[in-house]
Amino acid sequence: MKQDTAMTTPFVDHYDSLKPSLPGHALPWMAALRDRALDSFAESGLPTQKREAWKYTNLRGLKQLELNEQALAPQPLSIDRAPSLLPEGQAHRIVFVNGGFRADLSDLAALPEGAVIGSVAELAETAPQRIEALLAQHKDSGDQPLVALNTAFMRDGLLLQLEAGCKLSKPLEVIHVNSAEEGVFAHNARNLIALAAGSEATILEHHIGLNGAAYFINAASDVTLAENATLRHYRIQAEGANAVHTSTLNGHLAEQSFYDAFTLSIGAALSRNETNMKLTAAGARCHLNGGYLMRDKQHCDTTTAVDHLSPQTACREVFKGVLDDRARGVFQGRIVVHPQAQQTDGHQLNKVLLLTDTAEINAKPELEIYADDVKCSHGCTAGEVDHDALFYLRSRGLLQETAKALLIKAFLAESVSEIGDETLHELFLEKISDWLAI
Amino acid sequence: MLEIKNLHAAVEGKTILRGLDLTIQPGEVHAIMGPNGSGKSTLAHVISGRDGYEVTEGEVLYQGKNILEMEPEERAGEGVFLAFQYPVEIPGVTNTTFMKEALNSVRKYRGEEELDAMEFMKVIREKTKQLGVSNDMLKRAVNVGFSGGEKKRNDILQMAVLEPTLAILDETDSGLDIDALKTVADGVNLLRSPENATLVITHYQRLLDYIVPDYVHVLAQGKIVKSGDKTLAQELEKNGYAEFTDQAA
Repeated sequence: MKQDTAMTTPFVDHYDSLKPSLPGHALPWMAALRDRALDSFAESGLPTQKREAWKYTNLRGLKQLELNEQALAPQPLSIDRAPSLLPEGQAHRIVFVNGGFRADLSDLAALPEGAVIGSVAELAETAPQRIEALLAQHKDSGDQPLVALNTAFMRDGLLLQLEAGCKLSKPLEVIHVNSAEEGVFAHNARNLIALAAGSEATILEHHIGLNGAAYFINAASDVTLAENATLRHYRIQAEGANAVHTSTLNGHLAEQSFYDAFTLSIGAALSRNETNMKLTAAGARCHLNGGYLMRDKQHCDTTTAVDHLSPQTACREVFKGVLDDRARGVFQGRIVVHPQAQQTDGHQLNKVLLLTDTAEINAKPELEIYADDVKCSHGCTAGEVDHDALFYLRSRGLLQETAKALLIKAFLAESVSEIGDETLHELFLEKISDWLAI
Repeated sequence: MLEIKNLHAAVEGKTILRGLDLTIQPGEVHAIMGPNGSGKSTLAHVISGRDGYEVTEGEVLYQGKNILEMEPEERAGEGVFLAFQYPVEIPGVTNTTFMKEALNSVRKYRGEEELDAMEFMKVIREKTKQLGVSNDMLKRAVNVGFSGGEKKRNDILQMAVLEPTLAILDETDSGLDIDALKTVADGVNLLRSPENATLVITHYQRLLDYIVPDYVHVLAQGKIVKSGDKTLAQELEKNGYAEFTDQAA
């Protein structure tokens, strides 16, 4: 594939000099894994719009970041408090600042038996076999240049592993804070999540940019749920206004397991949230829901691919977006029902509110169905704020701006209501109110 | 209090109102009756400020102010209230949130203190009790899944909470059974006072059995062609509108 070397060069060129500083560099298997990943990345380059899956999102802006060797090294930042969204004591907490684990800001005391929560970098030193096994989970994920880039350069991230039957009674709050006083930087967070049979966890993950710093975050997450395991994964992407945020999550769901996701995107100049789910056994279910609020010239890409590989699997996707000013949204939803996957239940809904004539949405639902006994639906709409409702509210005295904000919030509330947990549900609604300034 | 002079209005380039005159004093109840397409709802919408209606001539003064220049929310602040023919469903917004926003918006406009949640609930409880409507409605999303009668009752509750000086009822009786009609009429009557005026827009006389008007006007072909007292409504019920449509044409 022809590639834009200007975008690939900083990573490829600085790999050799950075290598000795990367976690697990002394482990032969890890070094080999990174080398292979770098070769693969050097071969493919950063994805360009020539790839079908990247048709509407262009990473060319990364060039302007002028990432040098310094930008790829760890960036220290002195903060003494993590901007937590959940009250003290009501959540387990793990904090990463500019991609690096901060034990002093985290709270990982009182974990239930059978739960391992920690830093991938630390565990690469203390329990390398664990990391090796987890990194091997998704080696069949195919051609994913951003995951290859992540594998080559990953420094740290969340490790969450639950033994059979282990249930986290409190949510795990994962905070990624990014900021720099000056200069640009890039990092590759790698999250490894494996839930054994019958285990359960709820994650609240948020990405926060503290100022207008320019940076590139390329996150990758590997999620494996064994039979009857449940993971509720709620995310808030509130990166800084000049940030580029890409996230690729690859998931494997076993029999009767359930992955329930909701992602709210409000930050970054450019973001892409990609989720690839493989439903490998009967009863496996995933909910990939979300909402986004974009203004100015922000660009937000939501890409999902769900592979139904077994009979009796189900997926449900409800995404709602609001685009103001010249913002652009992308929604690509791919559902593949493989020949053996009879009695698949797939439902996809993507609704967008365009607040201006200059906002833009590119939506591409793709249903590939190779089985004959399936229930699959998809719906896609783009529209403006309901005029009748707006007039109704204004005729009762509400200012136009307030009325509009109320209607936008109500529009998004439909997807937020997919979050079962009441506290977290409220928290997401509050984030939306903050954005709308109501 | 309301003076409409020589009002001409068009929708999508089509002239609907052609020189309408109407004066309403405080304490009065006026009814406007007329055949379908005569411009009844257009009048209601022009007074309340809905988009898409172009006033080509004439003026509408409310308490001496030209309200045609005002935004719909400013008109609400001035005390104009429109009870909708088809109240709009707003999924995701609860009645309580909506009414609290509405009340505080008009209070702010009128230079009054905004109410906190406790104070607001006190007002609401008082009004629901006064109107005999159930509190259940408050927790539900605005008009979503409401029956026709519930929607209209909800509009009347909003009216009670906002305490307008001019209430315009736009075909409030459409789609209501007799019991719902009575409840709505009782609500309207309860809110009548020597300071307030009511403009009832209707096709049928039956609502006027319950909200008894001081004046009845016949609107045909975009202007008022006849005015009288409540007996005019009974005449119309008996003879229909044929006389007026022919006359205006």
